[in-house]
Amino acid sequence: MPTLGDYLLVSGLLFSIGLAGVLLRRNLLIIFMSLELMLNAANLSLVAFARHSVTAFGLPDYNAQVLVFFIITVAAAEVAVGLAIIVALYRLRQTTHVEDLNGMKF
Amino acid sequence: MLTILFWAFSVLMLAAAIAVVVFRNPVNSAMSLVLSFLALAALFITLDAFFIGIIQVLVYAGAVMVLFLFIIMLLDLKAETRRRLNIAALAGGLAVLGGFAVLITQIIKSLPSSTDHFPTLARTGYSDGYEIGMTLFTDFNLPFQIIGVLLLVSTVGVVTLSRRSLR
Repeated sequence: MPTLGDYLLVSGLLFSIGLAGVLLRRNLLIIFMSLELMLNAANLSLVAFARHSVTAFGLPDYNAQVLVFFIITVAAAEVAVGLAIIVALYRLRQTTHVEDLNGMKF
Repeated sequence: MLTILFWAFSVLMLAAAIAVVVFRNPVNSAMSLVLSFLALAALFITLDAFFIGIIQVLVYAGAVMVLFLFIIMLLDLKAETRRRLNIAALAGGLAVLGGFAVLITQIIKSLPSSTDHFPTLARTGYSDGYEIGMTLFTDFNLPFQIIGVLLLVSTVGVVTLSRRSLR
């Protein structure tokens, strides 16, 4: 049977891969997808902890699962707004490469 | 059996996540992201979180990924694939990330409850969706309403942002 540590290990590795995508890639869309991977890693560890801390009635901790539900909702709203910003930026500059977008650099 | 399924879906999810970062073409990355989200939904179901697993498939693998693919097709991103990689920056980034992964592994190993097996659940007559609905509409009623306002604001914001006359 997989233990709590196994789930947390998989979650940590998924977070590391998402962080690698944010740091190493230079395409705004791929960076955005890697952000989604990091959010999902947090969701996985939350659900694993919910299954681990069983309440007195023998049920998983549903407060944590409701928190995951809220995270998924906020992530969907974030994707919609972020992609709209990327489209507006692409209309203005014709690029999604972060090294070409240095207009606010000091 | 559950152990085999857990490791199979974990390896599938991590491999698809690595493919998201490695592929140069954004369409391939988006398809790998769909695979990663589906395997993650299977992992949620191995944790007895059926409602969250279904929501993961519907919202992430469905709605969010259609949005991503739509935007990728809309912006013609062919020119992005022929940039050269900076080898020194790549090596430095990979070293930092390897250190980060080792750090997370060590912290999880030192956690006292990390070798615990999950306790067995009681058999109640109610489904997973019933319990989540009860929690959502009683204890978390105000946050639920606020999330509704947030979705309305983001809808209006997207409509405003994607108007053609934005300057």
